[in-house]
Order: sequence, then C-alpha cells, then structure tokens
Amino acid sequence: MTATEMQPSGTAVRQPILQARNLVKTFGRVVGLDGVSLDLYPGEVLAVIGDNGAGKSTLIKCLTGAEVPDSGELKVSGQAVHFKRPQDARAHGIETVYQNLAVSPALDVASNLFLGREERLAGPLGKLFRVLDTKGMRRKAKEELTRLGISTLQDVTVPVENLSGGQRQAVAVARAAAFGSKVVVLDEPTAALGVRESNQVLQLVRDLRDRGLPVILISHNMPHVFDVADRIHVQRLGKCAATITPQSHSMTDAVAIMTGAATA
Amino acid sequence: MAQQQTAGPPATGHADLAGEFLDRQTPLSRIRNILHRYPALSPAIVLLVAVVVFGLLNDRFLRFENLSLITQQVSVVGTLAIAQTLIILTAGIDLSVGAVMILSSMVVAQLAVGSGIPGPLALLAGLVVGLGAGALNGFLVTRFKLPPFIVTLGTLNIFIAVTLLYSGGSTVRGSSMPGLLTWTGSTFPLGPVRISTGVIMMLLLYGAVAFILGKTAWGRHVYAVGDDKEAARLAGIPVNRVLMSVYLAAGAVLAMGAWLQIGRTNAASPNAGVDLNLDSITAVVIGGTSLFGGRGSVWGSLLGALIVGVFRNGLSLAGLDVLYQTLAVGVLIILAVSIDQWIRKVKS
Ligand SMILES: Nc1ncnc2c1ncn2[C@@H]1O[C@H](COP(=O)(O)OP(=O)(O)O)[C@@H](O)[C@H]1O
Ligand SMILES: [Mg+2]
Repeated sequence: MTATEMQPSGTAVRQPILQARNLVKTFGRVVGLDGVSLDLYPGEVLAVIGDNGAGKSTLIKCLTGAEVPDSGELKVSGQAVHFKRPQDARAHGIETVYQNLAVSPALDVASNLFLGREERLAGPLGKLFRVLDTKGMRRKAKEELTRLGISTLQDVTVPVENLSGGQRQAVAVARAAAFGSKVVVLDEPTAALGVRESNQVLQLVRDLRDRGLPVILISHNMPHVFDVADRIHVQRLGKCAATITPQSHSMTDAVAIMTGAATA
Repeated sequence: MAQQQTAGPPATGHADLAGEFLDRQTPLSRIRNILHRYPALSPAIVLLVAVVVFGLLNDRFLRFENLSLITQQVSVVGTLAIAQTLIILTAGIDLSVGAVMILSSMVVAQLAVGSGIPGPLALLAGLVVGLGAGALNGFLVTRFKLPPFIVTLGTLNIFIAVTLLYSGGSTVRGSSMPGLLTWTGSTFPLGPVRISTGVIMMLLLYGAVAFILGKTAWGRHVYAVGDDKEAARLAGIPVNRVLMSVYLAAGAVLAMGAWLQIGRTNAASPNAGVDLNLDSITAVVIGGTSLFGGRGSVWGSLLGALIVGVFRNGLSLAGLDVLYQTLAVGVLIILAVSIDQWIRKVKS
C-alpha cells in the first residue's frame, strides 16, 4: 500500500480539488518542507498529523498562500496556480484558519468575519463615499453564526479580545466556513478548546463535508482525527511519511508512523 | 495516547471561563470595558473637568474670546495630530510631522513670494511636498522594514536641513503673500462672535478623517494593520499598501497644516514649530490612542490637543509660571499612558 495511491473509499478515479507536488520550503538552514505531495478529493476530510515541527503548519501555509514554496507545484481543480499571498488562495475559494488565529483583537466579531472583504452600502453613499454596510454585515454575521450552530457568540459587536479562547476560535472557524467555497483548511482548531467546544468544531467539520466542502484538518488529537477524517496524511521531518485511513490503521499505528517507529 | 487527550487544553478552557466570569463581576472592570470600547471617553471627561475647574478659578476663562483663543492656539498642532493619529494607529510614530509641515509652508511661501507663482498653485506645490515626504517615510517603512521611529528620526533631520538650505534661513512675512495663503488666519462673524477660519478648517478635516476611519474599509484596515500586522496579512489585507497610503494621507494632512500655520502666524518661518513634533504625539497620547496601534480615534486626539491648550491657558490665567504648564502636560502624558496600559489589560 503506497501513500499517494490511496483514495476515499468507494470512489473511482476522481480529480483532486487541491493537488500539491513536491513542495519544498526552507527557512535559512531549516528545512520546513522537504518535497511534500498531497491530494484533496471532493467531499473528504483529510487530516494532517505529525509531531511538533514536522512541517504541518508550513505545509498548509504553502497550500494557502501564506508562504510561497521554494519549489513544487500546486493545482486547484487541475489548474496550475501560484499563490503569492493569502488573498490569492481566497480568490480560489480556499479559506484557512491559521494556527495562530488570524483575527484582529481590537475589531469586533462582525468586522473580523468580513475583514478584507467588507461590503459597502448600496446606492451613492456606498459607491461614491465607499461607506461600509455595517448593519448589513452585522446581520449577516449573526445569521452565519446561527447557521453554523455557533451559539456562544450572540453579540457580534463585541471586540474579539474580550472573548474566551474558544469563542475566538469559533470566530476564526466561522469566517472560514462562511466564505470557503471550495476548500476549508483548519490548523489545530481544537488545540485551545475544552471538550464541549472541541466537539462543536468537529461537528462543524462534518457539516462542511456534508455540504460537499472538502476539509483539511491539522490536529494533534488522535481521537479527533480518527473520529472525523476520511484519510490521514502523516507528516514526519518535513516529509509525508504515509497516507493512511482510519480503516486501514489504528491510532497506535498512526502514532508509530508519526514518530518513526514504524512505516506504513 | 491517553496523555495527549487529557493534557492541558480542557484545563485552559476552564481557566478562561473563570477569568471571564471574574472580569464581568467587579464594577472597576466594567468601567475598564467601557473605556476600552470608547477610547475618546477618558479624554472627554478630563477635558470637561478641566474646563469646569478653570472656569471656577477664573471667570475670564469661560469667556467666548478666551475659548476661541484656545482653539486657535491648538489649530495647527491639532491638525498635525490628525496625521500623527493615522500613523500611531498603525503602531508607528512620526517624528517628522513638524518638519514636513514647516518644509511645506516654506515651499508655498517662497514660490508665491519669491517666484511670484499664484496662490493656488503654490498651495498645490505644498501638497506635493507633503505627499513626497509621506511617500519617502512610507517607502522606507514598508520596503526596508525599518522601524518608523528610526525612519522619521532620520527624515526629521533631513527635512529640517532641506528647509534651511531652501529658505536660506529667512522668514517670509505674511503681508507679502497672496491673500489666499493667509486666509486661514482670518476670522468671520457669526452672530455676535467672530469665528476663526483656520479652526473651522481643522474641524472639517477631523470630521472627514473620522468618517473615513470609521465608515470605510480602508479605515478598518488601518486599525487591523496596527492591531496585528500578521493577522491582517493572513486575513488578506495588503498590509504594505495600507501603510503606504497612511503615510501619504498623513503627508496631505501636513500640507494642510502648513497652510494653517502660515495663516495663524501670518508668516512662514523655517525656525517655527520645533515643539510641534512632540506636541502632536502628546495630543494623540492624551487623546487615548494607544502607542501599540490599533486602538484610538481622531476625535480623541482633538480632545487631547484641546486638553493641552486648556491646561496651558487655564494655568496662565491662574497666574502660574509657564513651567507649571510644562509640568502639568508631563503629568497628563504619564497619566494617559498608564490608563491605556490599564485598559489594555482587558485583553486578559
Ligand atoms: N517562519 C519560520 N522561520 C523559521 N523557521 C520556521 C518558520 N516556520 C516554521 N519553521 C520551522 O519549520 C519547521 C516546521 O514547522 P511547522 O510547520 O510550524 O511545524 P508543525 O506545524 O508541524 O509543528 C520547524 O522546524 C520550524 O521551526
Ligand atoms: Mg503547527
């Protein structure tokens, strides 16, 4: 069983939505990514696991325009792309929650949800004076949070810095879920959360998949990964050690591959 | 395995909740939350108290002519404070605002008087000087990633030297200039009182900048960039373009300040306004805008400039030595920054 040939169970050969080949990224002398390939198929949850420093975050940053890889190829729906900045990936419908949570603490929840894609008022005020539709964005933010089942955030006018860690995470996840039209990428979304909040995020991941959106989920938490993932990309020392499924391998196997004690 | 599941995270979640619970409880933290939400509130209270106290101490203080004098005295520094606020909101600082304004005013005056260029064109040239200076600062900050403090410390000296070289160190008197240049120093009657044109222009500029900061995407991006640059970048905001536009906008505001300065002093002097750099920072800081960026408002800076003006005027009416004015401003600055630090603890 080789890593790259694995596909979601029961699917014929399908075109990956996101396809990475031989991504290399170095930081001075540190090799963050050492030739990593990855395929994301429609409607699947692909988990990425690995030890600290294995290159998980660097991998998803290269997939989402936050870092530009030194070499390697990236394709979206079969089309070659070269993301130079995060907004390039966004323009292709790829939304990301970064590990360090790219939220603006002093701005309120609604402003954060719409940060970088604010909506203007219709009519001359919006066209001529570029006035923001603050009310409209607040209403939509509320609707979106309700739709996503995020009940802990009732007041969208609260500055994000006044929120708990879990609520901030919810804001970041909600932003990605609300705007992601092709792929949603979540880097350790449950790392700072309690049990109940973690379950909410996992449920959200399932909901996204059920809506047809493929999800890349980076996590340290094996039970979470084995709970929601269709396939698991095991990252080790800047390389992809294996791609497995919850059916083909146990948690113990996965940890063994992760730590180099075993190979797939 | 089991270790990984149960370690840390749930515990931190609980600690967070507990912290928040306590925070909501005390009245003190409720005040802090309100001040945090409305950064212009604390300077507004300080200004109100100062006006009442000085009014009680001396009945000349509250006369219209005196209040009008205070606003005229703060009109130039108040305008510079707009530019300074924009830059401090991005977590920067501009030590060159005064020098840029003086350079711009000298170019305007020399072109109009020395070269006989019509007033409007001379003002336009002043605007180009302001934009050019802003572009230079912005370029150095965004392209070479130099700290704004260092960049503007350098350009401050450059602009001062260029001003002196260009003007030969001589002052241009207002009486020799076209009327348009000193128009900002004029007054017009409004009912029983006379209103200063320069003060009205400053207030209009405050209104315009407050509108842009509060109601447009650009304004929101300015706050986001100052708040957390990396988060702004990851959220898809073109950080360098926003920073560059802020320095350009500041330059345009400073050109406006140059016009006000010519009217106010009825002259253009290369040696004027040595204190204006620090005074503009003082106004912004007292106005509740955080030096760490991302929090504050231009209205706060207007209040800050007014507070300084009111203290100076009130203390001198009370017959105190001018040194006490300086002392009071010093105390105000430290007080304002302490309050800001305290407010920022809301972040937990
Ligand atoms: N901006 C950076 N500068 C220097 N080294 C980095 C940077 N980002 C990541 N690295 C290094 O790259 C390696 C992979 O890091 P990362 O992708 O964050 O790992 P993970 O997310 O799997 O814990 C680590 O050795 C890390 O120190
Ligand atoms: Mg990571």
